[in-house]
This record gives sequence, structure tokens and C-alpha cells, in this order.
Amino acid sequence: MLSQLPALQVVIPLIAAPLCVVFRNKEIACLVSQVVSILSFIISLILLQQVLEVGVISYALGGWLAPIGIEYRIDILNSFVLVIVTGISSVVTIYSNKSVQYEIDTEKIYLFYTGYLLMFSGLLGMTITGDAFNVFVFIEISSLSSYAMIAMGRDRRAVSASFTYLVMGTVGATFFLIGVGLMYSMTGTLNMADLAERLPKVYESKAILVSFAFISIGILLKLALFPLHLWLPNAYTYAPSVVSAFLSATATKVAIYILIRFGYSIFGSDFVFSQYPTAQILASMSIVAIVVCSLVAIFQTNIKRLLAFSSLAQVGYIILGVSFNNINGLTAAIVHIFNHALSKGALFLAMGSVALVIGSVKIKDINGLGKKMPFTSFAIVIGGLSLIGVPITAGFISKWYLILGAIDKGWWPLAIILLLTSLLALVYVWRIVEVMYFRSETNVSEVKEAPISMLIPMYILVAMTIYFGLETSFSAGLAKQAATYLLGMSG
Amino acid sequence: MINFIPPGLVLIIAGFLLPLVPKQLFRIIAFLAPIITIFIVLQIPDGVLIQRTFLDYSIEIVEGDRLSRLFALIFSIMALGGTIFAINNIKTKELGFAFIYAGSAIGVTFSGDLISMFVFWEIMAIGSTMVIWNGLELTSHKAGLRYALVHFFGGVILMIGIIGNINQTGSTNFDIVTLNSWAQWLMLIGILINAGAWPISSWIGDAYPEASASGMVFLSAFTTKTAVFVLIKTFPGTDILIYIGLIMIFYGIIYALLENDMRRILAYSIVNQVGFMVTGIGIGTEMAINGAAAHAFAHIIYKALLLMSAGSVLYMTGKRKCTDLGGLYRTMPITTICGIIGALAISSFPLTSGFISKSMISQSAADLHLTYVWFLLTAASAGVFLHAGIKFPWFVFFQKDSGLRPKDPPFNMKISMILFAGLCIIIGIFPSILYSLLPFKVDYVPYTSGHVTAYLQLLLFAGLAFFILLPQMKRTLTISLDTDWIYRIAGYKIIQFLSKELKLLIDGIKGGTPEQINSFIEYIVKYHGPAGILARTLPTGRTIFWVIIIFALFLLLTLLS
Repeated sequence: MLSQLPALQVVIPLIAAPLCVVFRNKEIACLVSQVVSILSFIISLILLQQVLEVGVISYALGGWLAPIGIEYRIDILNSFVLVIVTGISSVVTIYSNKSVQYEIDTEKIYLFYTGYLLMFSGLLGMTITGDAFNVFVFIEISSLSSYAMIAMGRDRRAVSASFTYLVMGTVGATFFLIGVGLMYSMTGTLNMADLAERLPKVYESKAILVSFAFISIGILLKLALFPLHLWLPNAYTYAPSVVSAFLSATATKVAIYILIRFGYSIFGSDFVFSQYPTAQILASMSIVAIVVCSLVAIFQTNIKRLLAFSSLAQVGYIILGVSFNNINGLTAAIVHIFNHALSKGALFLAMGSVALVIGSVKIKDINGLGKKMPFTSFAIVIGGLSLIGVPITAGFISKWYLILGAIDKGWWPLAIILLLTSLLALVYVWRIVEVMYFRSETNVSEVKEAPISMLIPMYILVAMTIYFGLETSFSAGLAKQAATYLLGMSG
Repeated sequence: MINFIPPGLVLIIAGFLLPLVPKQLFRIIAFLAPIITIFIVLQIPDGVLIQRTFLDYSIEIVEGDRLSRLFALIFSIMALGGTIFAINNIKTKELGFAFIYAGSAIGVTFSGDLISMFVFWEIMAIGSTMVIWNGLELTSHKAGLRYALVHFFGGVILMIGIIGNINQTGSTNFDIVTLNSWAQWLMLIGILINAGAWPISSWIGDAYPEASASGMVFLSAFTTKTAVFVLIKTFPGTDILIYIGLIMIFYGIIYALLENDMRRILAYSIVNQVGFMVTGIGIGTEMAINGAAAHAFAHIIYKALLLMSAGSVLYMTGKRKCTDLGGLYRTMPITTICGIIGALAISSFPLTSGFISKSMISQSAADLHLTYVWFLLTAASAGVFLHAGIKFPWFVFFQKDSGLRPKDPPFNMKISMILFAGLCIIIGIFPSILYSLLPFKVDYVPYTSGHVTAYLQLLLFAGLAFFILLPQMKRTLTISLDTDWIYRIAGYKIIQFLSKELKLLIDGIKGGTPEQINSFIEYIVKYHGPAGILARTLPTGRTIFWVIIIFALFLLLTLLS
């Protein structure tokens, strides 16, 4: 049983999805996704435990061995990402019931959960697989289902947002596929471990370079690095709250994982960073992303949209860490995948509660929220502090490693620019806080606090934001191990 | 067992509890927490008490020594005094934040390493911002944001400095660092920003007076003095501090003399007084360090006392401008007397706490034959008497009859003022109480007849000058321009040539008024605002366009390299 866990990790949600359709019942669908998420979370924890004990786990799907069959390959990096995705999913599904009932038409709710489970299994598959083509398959599974889920948003603009995402997501996936195809033509394998072995022999080939470019651009589109981000703000803004929370915390993060996987363990950092100015390209794109998206966030009037742009800026921080190509930078990137998932997840869940209670997530509509919804507001404050990177929140830990990485790289003036941009985060967080706490309430007189079933999941994430700001041996410790492993593997 | 509760944590936890508990419990916690803190602080022995692992470092959350006990003691006394003053009128939230603020300041003093120091340092910035935000008027919000931006900016600089320092030396020790690379310079700058050092001093005069009457009593004590403490620990004897300190001293005097708002006068005088301490740290001999530490101790008490009396006036009359006040001594005798005692102490009048502390700094300059420094310090003492010693009490309590007839403030406010006035005098009469707490052994005798007469003469002539120049000193309804003018307007001109993005930061920090700033913000909004090209929902083709561009660039760059 234990040895089948890698397959179960993906198969359980995949099988549970049609189960929801079979029952056509919203309560059962909700319950199924909760149980599945928690089960997956437990599986991912066991897998992590195994990886820590025995090292890399290789699992041959259907008993077909590697070059012919599909291999699931779990090392410390993707087991960590699996824990993040399943953990966030557990919290989000527990939270979802009331929010989904409010935002989705009743007769569509079972379909919503079906889509959710498919998206969930797609993300897990992207993370767990050790096969380059299989990544593409799971990208499509998760993307197609997320287009459907975004289109379920109450706002009619959700449909056009979803369509934009569909076009761009398809372009991204196609780019990725072309890149994988080129790799296959040069090496004759799709297995990641084999690719890593055979690629060095054909490093000189221009085809490999072009394939690297195709794959990178394809993934950058999926992870929405400015200026390839245009699909994201509307998708997050108009999607149902639960979907925004889950996507922002996991979808772009898994894409970042794929980038790290291809950059560091398939192509190898020698190829990616030593032969080509990839570091400079990525770093300058990320700096622009951080500055521009933070500035745009400052002026947003819709809080979900504000948070979406803040996510884009945070993606910039993560990619910057990736571009440093040293242990501290990579640690910063990996640990920020985790930390940002916690705080952004908490913030989007809080916005879901606000949407449920007030019916709007515009800044002008939440005057005096601090008095009316003290717990939700406080959650927003803590999440916001973590975005700024204030000590004792998780965001601080990421910031710390990112600066260490910049200094190790010898780019310390960059560290200053980097931290100055956290002042921009201060401004956009302040705008929300000021409205919540220092404006007299006008139109929210009838408002009461969000239901407890939403507050508890929200506060699980808030508590973890604080906990992992203080106790870093799990988050930063694992991230550092993963970074060491990746760099050791390629160096 | 009680030794092992981090002393700062008591106040921080109490701070979180205060807004949540019912009214009866509120008062009990509000008084108990500072008292318990004082008790714990006195118990802390030398050496590391609490050690943990954070990131990859072993950090010492509580480490006691003489200097940290001295600062922690005065911080906790201050928390108690401030609570007594504030208890009848402060919002529960505001007192909570003030406690978090005070607790983290105490946390800084007991930090055994740079990381925990920095963590408490940042919490302090949040706490103090919140205290300002709970201030009186709508302007408090803007001022609070400017304050937060300055402090997080300072925090950013300090953080990079600390990380760089740890990276270079491999040690997280919170101890003397030598200025030998960019990292240490960044640390120094970061700390100095919190000390209100020139040229980034204006935040004190800008933000503090926007806090409530009680809020400012708290604010005056912690941020700048914590920075002084950190400077003593890390940069004693750094020459540049002497000059920075001297500039601060005269900066404070000049702006205080030009100012009309009574609490802003006292805010500028914080810059001036911290200048004395920074100069002492720059001199760096044992006596100078003792002097700086003693002066910080004494200063917290008398500055709080002055702000309590100004706060009482504000609380009873609702007015804050010197031109609106005057003649209050008839109806507010206790406030007047306490205000005068505070004014005498800040002017270092013999038999007050200021005399026994400040003279140590001057004396250490004389001992090292730093003639100009000594001379400037002495001249500045006269200047302090002018702006804080006479100007504040004269214009608020005497001068003309403003027609206001307020009573003395409520009982608790009177008690707190009397307590702090008593402390000023007791320390002044029995200097050995304070001297025995100082980091180094003291063999300095302040009360020699020569010293006392010299000082009295100085003050006498300064006083004479004040009344002769009184017509010129009359407070008019003016707003004085500060060095922030440079970064509001002159800097604006220069930066116009630089990147447009940078400007928002500068303007964000100073939230200025000129039209150029508005037009600049319009510029930012044009591109970044909800309808701006960077924020708009764009047609799908646009992204495809970008995909192609970046793909082409990527290939071009990689193929060419």
C-alpha cells in the first residue's frame, strides 16, 4: 500500500471528480472534495517523510519501467510542493461550502467541485511526474478545468476573463510542448532523469537552445511574469472567491516549480546560467514586474484585483530568487512559494468572506470593516504584513533569504531596490487598512462577522503565517535542503 | 522562573489583550503589566538567558548587561508613567499599541544578537505607527503613513546592513562593529534614521505632534532612545557621530525657536536632546558613554513630563498653538509648576536630572581637549534654555492672557506629572542613584562650585537674552519649512531627470502639496491607475505580441552570447 502512494496522490482526486458527477448532489460533492483533499494532504506528508528518510522515490506507473513507461519521481523539492498544494486545498475546501453556495448557481455546484478536483489532480500530476510530456498532459488537465471554474464567477466579465486565459494558457502550453518536442528529437527520451543525463552531450546544438527558449516562455506565461501576465488579474478578480484563493496560492506556484525543475535539474544550471545570460534576463524582468505590478496594485479600487497585482509582484520576487543561481536565492524562491501561498491564501479567503457578507470587494465599500468584521479584518492585516515582509510573519523569512542571495551573488545594490519595493507593498496594504479601521462606517451597518466555518480555515492560514515566521525549520529548512539538492545535482 | 519570561513580552502580550478585555480588567492589566515588567527587568542577571535557533542562526533573545538593564528600566518606568497619564482618556486600542511599542523597545535592549534586535526594531515601527494613526485628526493618517514609510525605509537599510555584516563577519553578535565596508555603513545609516539624525530628522516634528495627547508622551520616549541604545552598543567612538550629533543639536534649537505649535516645539527639542547623546557616543570615552546613557535616562523622564504638561493643556483647552495660549498659570497651577520643573531639567538647571547627565558629556569633550565640541555643546546649552526652558512655559502659561480658564487636568494626569517631576528632582539632588546604574564606573562629581556657578551664569544670560529679544520671539502663525523642503521641491527638480518611478517613493515619503507632485501622481496614475495602460484589461493579442517579443529577445540574447 505504502509503495502505491505516488500513484494514489494523483489518482484519488482524478477518480473522485467523476464521482461528484455521478451523485449530482452539492453536499456530497463538497464532502467528497474535502475528504479527498485531506487524504491527499496526508499522503503528501507521508511521501515527504519517506523522501526525507530514504531519498528520491521513483515509481513506475502501471509497472512500465522508466524510458518506456511514465515515471513518477519524488524528491525533496516536489514533495514539498505537493504538501503546499494539498495543504492549501484542504483549507480551501473546508472553507468553501458557504462561499460556493453564495457565489455559484445551486444546480452547478456539483460541477464546480468536479472541476475543482480535476484542477487539483492536474496540479498534483504536474508536480509529481518525472516525465516531460506528462507535465504537458497535466498542465492541460489543470488549465482546462480552471478555465471552466473561472467562468463560473458571478460577474459576467468572468467569462471573458476565462476566455483570455484560455487563449493565453493554450499558447503557453503549446510553447511548452514545442520545446519538449525539440528536446525529444535531440535526445530521444522524455524522462526527466534521462534528459538530464543526455542533454549535456547536445548542449552545443541550437535546437536545444531554442527548445529551452520555448519551454521558458511557455512556463513564464503560465506563471504570469510581467509582461506575460495579462490573463491573470481578471481571472483572479472575477473568479469565484474559492477559486481565486486556490489558484493564487497554488497554480502559479506549481508553474514556478516546473520552471525550477526544468532550469535546474533538466537543463542544469551550467547550461542555463553559465552559458547564457539567463540570470540577467530573468532578474531584469522580475525587477520590472515587482515595481510595475506593485505600483499598479496601489491604485486598484477592487481589492481582489489589488491582490492579483500583488501576486504578480510576488511572482517577481520568486523568479528573482530563481535567477540568483545560488543556495540562498533558490531557498528564498522555494520558501516564498510556501510563505506566499499561506498569506495570499489567507487574504483571498478573507476577501471571500467579505464578498459573502457585504456583497462587494471594492475598497469604497468596506469603510469601517474593522469594527463590523473584526476577525476577518485582522486576518487581512496579518496577511498584508506578511506581504510587506514584516518580522514575525512568514514574508520576512523569504525576504531575508532573498537578500542573502542577492549579496551572495554580489548584487547588493539590487537588495536595496528590492527592499524599497516592499515600501510599495506597505502603501497598498495601508490603503486597505486605513479604509477598514480609520473610516467611519457608512454602508455596512447591517453587517455581521463571517460564519465560523469560514473563519477557522482562514485563521489556520493566518496562524501558519505567524508560526512560519517564527519557526523556520520546516519551511526554510526544507527549502534549503531542496536548494542544496538541486544545485548539488546540477553542479 | 520569572527570570525566563522575556521582559518585553509581558507588555506585548498585555498590548494584545487590552483592546479585548472588559473595562475593569483593562485598568488592572494596564497598571499591572508595566509594574511586572519593571520587576522582571530588575531581576535580569548578566549573560544569555534565552537562546533559540532561527533561520540558520542561534539567536539570544534575552541577554542582560548593565546598559540594557538601564534602558529597559527607564522604558518600563516610562510605560507605567505614560499609562497613569493616559488611563482616563486613551482609546483601548491606542494603549494596546503603545504597550506593544514599549515592549518591543525593551525587547531591543535585551537582544543578544542582531537578528532579534532587528525583529523587535520592526515591531516597534509598527506599534509606533499605530499609535500615531490613533491620533486626533484626519491629518494623523497621512502623517502616520509618512512616518511608517520613513521607518520601514530605515528598516530596509538596516536589514541589508545587518545581513551584509553577518555575511562578512559570520557572526550575529550584537556588539561593537567597525565601519569597514558598505554593510556597516548601511547599518549606521539605518540606526541613525531612527535616531532622527540630520538630514532625516523632520519625521519627528512631522509625525509626533499628530498623535494624541497621551500618544505623544509614549512616542517621545522609545524610538529615538532605542536608536541611541543601539548606537552605544554598536558604534561607540565613531567620529562622524560627533558632527552628526552637533548638527542635530542646532537643528533642533533653530526649528524649535521658529515653531508655534507647543508640542512641535517639544518634538524638535527631542532632536536637539538626542543630538547631545549622539555626540557623547561619538566621543566614545567611558565617561561620554556614561553621559549619553544617563542623558537618555534623564531625558525620557523630563521630556515625558514636558509632554504631559503640554498634553494636559491640549486635553483641557483643545488648543496647540502658542499664539492661542497664554496666561494659564492662574487656573492650571500644578500643570504650570510641573511644566516648569521639566523645562528646568531640560535646560540642565542645577538640582535637576538634566544637570547631572548632560554635564558628563561636556566634561568628556573637555577631557579629550575637543575644544570646539566643548564650546558648541556649551553654547547649545544656552540654546536649549531658550527654546525649551523658557519659551515653552512662557508662551503657554504666562505671556498674554488668552482668556482661557481651564482647570488642572484630571487626577491621574496630575499624579503622573507630579511623579515624574519628583523623579527629575530626586535624580538631580542624589545623582548617585542614577550613576550607580550606568554601564561604567563613575568618578564624576557634578556639583563643584565652579561648575554650578558657570552654568547658572550661562542660563541667566540666556534668559536675559530671551526677554530682551522677546518682540522678535513672538510666535506668529507661521509654518517653518524644513529640510524636507529639499526633498519636497529642490530634490524634485533634480529627480525629474531621473527615473519617473523613483519619484513616487520620494513623494510618498513626504506626501507634499506642490502642484508638481500632483502632476507627478497624475503621471503615475496615468499608467498605473485603474484605467492606465499597465492595469487595463487588454486584448489577448497584446500578450501574444509580448510573447513573441520576449521569445525573440531571449533567442537573440542567448544566441549572441
